[in-house]
Amino acid sequence: MNRIIDLVDVSMTYGKQTVLNHVDLYINQNEFLTLLGPSGCGKTTTLRIIGGFEQPTTGDVLFNGTSILHTPPHKRPLNTIFQRYALFPHLDVAGNVAFGLKIKKKPREVINKKIADMLRLVNLEGYESRSTLSLSGGQQQRVAIARALANEPQVLLLDEPLGALDLQLRKEMQVELKNMQRELGITFVFVTHDQEEALTMSDTIAVMNEGRILQIGKPEDIYNEPKNAFVARFIGESNILEGIMREDFRVSFANAEFACIDKGFAQNEAVDIVVRPEDVRICAQNEGRVKGRVTQVIFKGVHYEMHVEAQGFLWKIHSTVQAPAGEEVGLDIAPDLIHVMKKENGKRNTESGIKGAEGSAS
Amino acid sequence: MKRLFAYPYILWMGIFIVVPLLLVVYYSVTATGPDGNTIFTFDHFRRFFAPITPGMDQPLRERIFVSVALRSIRLALQSTGICLLLGYPVAYIMTRKEYSEKSVLLFMLLVPMWMNFLLRTYAWLTILERNGLVNQLLSRMGLPMIDILYTDAAVLLGMVYNFLPFMILPIYTSLKKMDPRLIEAAQDLGAGGVSVFARVVFPLSLPGVISGITMVFMPGAATFIISNLLGGQQYFLLGNLVEMQFLNVGDWHFGSAIAVIMMLLMVASMVILSLFDKGENQGRSTII
Ligand SMILES: Nc1ncnc2c1ncn2[C@@H]1O[C@H](COP(=O)(O)OP(=O)(O)O)[C@@H](O)[C@H]1O
Ligand SMILES: [Mg+2]
Repeated sequence: MNRIIDLVDVSMTYGKQTVLNHVDLYINQNEFLTLLGPSGCGKTTTLRIIGGFEQPTTGDVLFNGTSILHTPPHKRPLNTIFQRYALFPHLDVAGNVAFGLKIKKKPREVINKKIADMLRLVNLEGYESRSTLSLSGGQQQRVAIARALANEPQVLLLDEPLGALDLQLRKEMQVELKNMQRELGITFVFVTHDQEEALTMSDTIAVMNEGRILQIGKPEDIYNEPKNAFVARFIGESNILEGIMREDFRVSFANAEFACIDKGFAQNEAVDIVVRPEDVRICAQNEGRVKGRVTQVIFKGVHYEMHVEAQGFLWKIHSTVQAPAGEEVGLDIAPDLIHVMKKENGKRNTESGIKGAEGSAS
Repeated sequence: MKRLFAYPYILWMGIFIVVPLLLVVYYSVTATGPDGNTIFTFDHFRRFFAPITPGMDQPLRERIFVSVALRSIRLALQSTGICLLLGYPVAYIMTRKEYSEKSVLLFMLLVPMWMNFLLRTYAWLTILERNGLVNQLLSRMGLPMIDILYTDAAVLLGMVYNFLPFMILPIYTSLKKMDPRLIEAAQDLGAGGVSVFARVVFPLSLPGVISGITMVFMPGAATFIISNLLGGQQYFLLGNLVEMQFLNVGDWHFGSAIAVIMMLLMVASMVILSLFDKGENQGRSTII
C-alpha cells in the first residue's frame, strides 16, 4: 500500500503548552483513518497541520513522499470538512458546491454537471438555489461534503463532521460517509471523540491523548489488544486493576494468581490489568479464583450487566445468563483474555509505555 | 407591558422628528398670498429649477440652484469614494490580530471624534491657510506655496477628514464579525489571497460598506459647516443654501423646499443602495 500522507516527528507548542508531542503517523492511500481521543488532545491541531492552516513547531508533513510543509493550504490537493461546516452564507447551495471549480476556472458546463452530480451524491437534488441559511444541520453537512468532494481531492479531512447531528441522523451519516469513501476511493482522515463512531467507520484508528498517539491499528486490534490502560478505558468498557507480574505467563491481581499469555516483564513488576466485562466468567463460588457477591443486575437487552463486589473492587461483568443480586459467586478469566500492560507512570506516559505504539499501522 | 415602555420613545420621536419634518414639508408647499392668507403652491420647487432671470434660456445644469445641487452631489460622491478607498484598507488592517488585540488603531480613530466638530474643522484652517503649516513646510523645503483653502479640494479634504471614521467603523464591524473559518474554507477550496478577498471577504463585508457609504454620503450632501469654513463665504452647497434662506434671507418657504429636495435626494440614494444590499441586513448599522 502507498503512503499518501506522512507526519514525521511533528510537534506543536503554543507558548509553553505542548499540544502535539512528537507525533509520527502515516496514512495509506484509500484508507479511512480516524484520530480518536478526548477533547483537547490535539486532533483538530493535527488535522489543521495536514490541511496547512497551522505550521508545526518542528517536524515535517509529506504528501506522496514530498514535503508540503511550505505549500499554502490553497495549493494542497486535499479538502476539509470543517467542524461546523463553514458554508458561505452569501452563496446558495450551488454556489457553495461550485466554489472550488470556479476558482479553477472550469467551463460552465463542467461546473453545472458537477453540481448536479454532487448534489445527487449527497441526496440534495433540487436544492441548487436554496440559501444555506435555510438548511437543517444534516443538509448543511451534506452541502459541505458536496462542496469538498466537487474538487475531487485525493484526501478528505473531516473534523468531527457528525458532532452537531442528532443520534439517528448521525448513525445514517456514518454509514453514508463510509459508503461514499469506499465508492469514491478517497483517503479519509476523520476526527472524532466518539469511540463507537470510530470503531464503526474506520479502517485504522489512531488513539490520541495529550498530544501523543498512544496506539494505532485496526479497530478490532485496538479493542481486543489495548496497549495501555488509557486506551482500554477510552475504547469500550473494561475492568482495570492493579496487578503484579510474578514471572512470565503468571500474574497476580485481585488477591489471586492467574495464568496469562504475556511475558517479558521484570519479576514482580507492577502492571495494569485490563479485563473486558464480557470476558469475565461467573461460576459457582468454589470454582472461581475470585469470590464475590452480586450487588446489582441491569438488563441491557442483549445481555445482563452485573456488578460484582470482590475484595473492595467492583467488577463489571456482561453475560447472557444472570446471577441474581445478592448471590455469592466465583469469577474466572481465561488466560488469553487477561490484558497485562505496563504501568502508566503518573500523568505523562513513560517512554516504554508508548514507543511501541507509534507507526504500527498495517 | 412592553408597549408601555415604548411610549416615551414614541413621544420623543414625535416631538423631535415627525413634527419638524411635517413643518418643513408644510412650509415647502405653502406661501403667503397677496391678501396675507396662506395658499398652497409648488412655486418654491419651480423656483429651484428655474433660470436666474425668468425667461432666460439657460441649460438646466447651469441654473444657479441646480448647479449648487450638482456640486453637492459631486462632492458627496467624491468624498464617499475617497473614504471608501482609504477606509476599507484601514478597517481590514484593524481586524488583523496584531492590531485588534491592542486596539491602538481604533483608539487613534476615535480620539479626534471626542473633539468638537467645529474645532476640528477650524484646525484645518490654520493648517491650510496662506501662512499655515503646509505652506511653511513647503517653503522650508524650497517648494512653491499652494493655495488650496477656499477651493473644492479644501472642502473635500474637510469632508473626508470628518467622515472617514463613519466609513471605517461599519466596515470594521462587518469584517470583525466574519467567521475566520470561512476564509480558511475558501483557501481549502483553492482560493489564493486575491480570490479569498474577491469571493468571500468583500461580499461578506458589503453590508458594512453600504452602511459606510450611507453614513458618509448623507452628511456629505447636507454639510454646510465644512463648506462654509474651508470653502469660504462664497462657497455654496445645498446645506449652505438652506442655511442662508433660513438665517439670512428669512425665506422659510424656499428654504424648506430646498430641504425637501435634499431629503428626496437622500431617500433616492438609500433606495439605490438597498438594491445592492441583498436583504440580509447583517452588520448593518441602524441608519433608518
Ligand atoms: N490557536 C491556539 N492557541 C493556543 N492554544 C491552542 C490553539 N489551538 C488549540 N490550542 C490548544 O491545543 C489543545 C488541543 O486542541 P485541539 O487540537 O483543538 O484538540 P481537539 O480537537 O482534540 O479537541 C487544546 O488544549 C487547545 O486549548
Ligand atoms: Mg477539535
